[in-house]
Amino acid sequence: MSAATKAIEAGQIWTFPGGIHPPERKELSNQTPIAPLALAQEYYLPLKQHSGAPGELLVQVGDQVKAGQALTQVGANNGLPVHAPTSGTITAIGPGIIAHPSGLADTVITITADGNDEHIALEPLADYTQISRADLLERIKNAGIAGLGGAGFPTAQKLALQRPLDYLIINGVECEPYISADDRLMREHAQTIIDGTEILLHIAGCEKALIAIEANKPEAIAAFEALLDKHPQLALRVVPVKYPSGGEKQLIQLLTGRQVPSRGLPIDVGLVMQNVGTAFAVAQAVLQGKPLIERVVTVTGENVEKPGNYWVRLGTPVAYLLEQCGFKPEPDQRVIMGGPMMGFTLAELAVPVVKITNCILVPSSQELAPAQDEMACIRCGACADVCPAQLLPQQLQWLAKAKDYDGLDQQNLFDCIECGACAYVCPSEIPLVHYYRKAKAEIRNIAREKAKAEVARERFEARQERLEREKQERLERHRKAAEARKKAQAEAVAQGGDNPQDAVQAAIARAKARKAAQAAAAQQENKEGDDA
Amino acid sequence: MTVLTALIVFGVLALIFGLILGFAAVRFRVESDPIVDQIDAILPQTQCGQCGYPGCRPYAEAIANGDEINKCPPGGQSTINALADLMGVEAKPLDSAHGEEDVKKVAVIREDECIGCTKCIQACPVDAILGAAKQMHTVIAHECTGCDLCVEPCPVDCIDMVPVPVRPDNWQWDLQQIPVRVVESSN
Ligand code: SF4
Ligand code: SF4
Ligand code: SF4
Ligand code: SF4
Repeated sequence: MSAATKAIEAGQIWTFPGGIHPPERKELSNQTPIAPLALAQEYYLPLKQHSGAPGELLVQVGDQVKAGQALTQVGANNGLPVHAPTSGTITAIGPGIIAHPSGLADTVITITADGNDEHIALEPLADYTQISRADLLERIKNAGIAGLGGAGFPTAQKLALQRPLDYLIINGVECEPYISADDRLMREHAQTIIDGTEILLHIAGCEKALIAIEANKPEAIAAFEALLDKHPQLALRVVPVKYPSGGEKQLIQLLTGRQVPSRGLPIDVGLVMQNVGTAFAVAQAVLQGKPLIERVVTVTGENVEKPGNYWVRLGTPVAYLLEQCGFKPEPDQRVIMGGPMMGFTLAELAVPVVKITNCILVPSSQELAPAQDEMACIRCGACADVCPAQLLPQQLQWLAKAKDYDGLDQQNLFDCIECGACAYVCPSEIPLVHYYRKAKAEIRNIAREKAKAEVARERFEARQERLEREKQERLERHRKAAEARKKAQAEAVAQGGDNPQDAVQAAIARAKARKAAQAAAAQQENKEGDDA
Repeated sequence: MTVLTALIVFGVLALIFGLILGFAAVRFRVESDPIVDQIDAILPQTQCGQCGYPGCRPYAEAIANGDEINKCPPGGQSTINALADLMGVEAKPLDSAHGEEDVKKVAVIREDECIGCTKCIQACPVDAILGAAKQMHTVIAHECTGCDLCVEPCPVDCIDMVPVPVRPDNWQWDLQQIPVRVVESSN
């Protein structure tokens, strides 16, 4: 065992550069157990709730569905299915607003609940170790599980990467202020999370898992400590409180001292990371056959009367969720999906809760001041001090404003995890992350256009070739026809018959003679006219 | 005598090095991108002919032969700037005689009105239209470059150029576009 591995085994905690300590405000929502939410009347299920292609539709308007029934399947595009959250009728399939900062519409299935909440029959699995790895991955994919921590990457896809692994890291850090969904889940369902972790280890063919929890969650830590004696493959790591220690690359640095290369993946350094919520969902899917139809959502902020954590069925409109929690909107109320650092403001409250929704934040204007006007950068350097990715935020900002995409690339814009630490400390209130997101979107767009132009070039050239080929073929055909004609002529002459060519010549001569006669006659007439 | 020896030695050396260099130049020649390819790589490949040439490649050849770099409306200013960089000349504004920069569009055939005359297929520079004589025609949207060339030949005017729709995955984070939501206070 190398010295580095020994240090990891011994439980050493490294550090990562930068980071901030914003007010945590988790006590607002983490005091009460996760509560069930009364069923809504209507559910809106976007086909795409994860990063990747949507699944293929399995249902039609008018169909009756039961809770847990698949509405889409993996299909040709390797999409991720979504499932009916409750029993009812499909009343619409079409464009609807989705949980996306753009506030744009995408395909959404609307289910009108019948109130009976009938579930499909589940297929529990007695011993998953008897099942092949591929079948387990299939089960996880068909249950519609995507990373529940926020990025929404399909879990089965992440696990399918065949590469030697040193550790599986289970991320229970939850460093973003206000959010306590993972905290409560860990306190109340530590055993299921551990079961899920062991399944993940089994699938990944990995020996050891590290469960990381931030030091500000003593109850969750205690819940795991009590259980881990029986699970030698699992080890607990308590990381110090700092934002964003839950970022994938940052947590890897904290637990192993390893640095994920720029634009690389954790698997490049022999690690894979899953969120605690994902581990819970995996346990449910594999052991009980339960698809992903609900998740824990933190509803918090000073403008709700009953902040806390709720089991929310996917597809529940945010408006309904807030109504159940005693929503007291103030004028110009902002409703944020996600936390205050990385979330986005909702354009519309009809937006549904989806797989990646971990928090709905309804702050009062004292609590979270609305965005101020941007001032000029004073080059204080505060942003560079706190950037966990060791970037130069003020440089990036200038380059983004100047649309200098090569420069942005040199400054590793794509290593920015959009944590918002730089914007948080910026005294000039520059919405730095917004500029980065915009620049990233533009760069992606340019890449897409380039790829399209490449295809167009190929198609244009293929067409030119086709036209050229067709022209050659046409010429060739004409040549052949002419030859055949000549040959036929020669044969006819040889046989002593009339040369068809002679007939043509004779006709031309006749026509010429007639024309000449006509012209002469006309001249004659003209002359006579002049004389008169 | 010594002078002669020196001359001979250096002469022979020069010959040897010359041969080595000559051989290296042939053997290790770097195939550089011909300038036309580099220009063509910058042009947007819309193949619309607004520049006055029958496609981007012909225009690339014309630029290599000294034509102006500001004749491509689909490429717009960013293409002109890139061309100016490549050719080492001053960037200038788009020559409006050739058209204006516009949002990206795709062609859509109103299929129930199409009479299947195949005229649009012949006009499409990238073979992005599918159909056969007397059959309904359709545009392969993701292959369409938005060149506008199929609109004119259609005898029944059933081809529309529509702006490429904004979807969540090609959205440009234009947050200003979201109307600010005003929630009435309930008390
Ligand atoms: S948002 Fe990006 S640039 Fe700003 S601190 Fe975080 S990682 Fe660094
Ligand atoms: S923190 Fe703000 S003002 Fe200071 S250098 Fe960074 S961008 Fe400029
Ligand atoms: S004007 Fe049209 S054909 Fe000419 S270079 Fe630009 S895109 Fe190509
Ligand atoms: S030119 Fe118009 S009518 Fe003719 S095939 Fe094309 S779309 Fe149809």
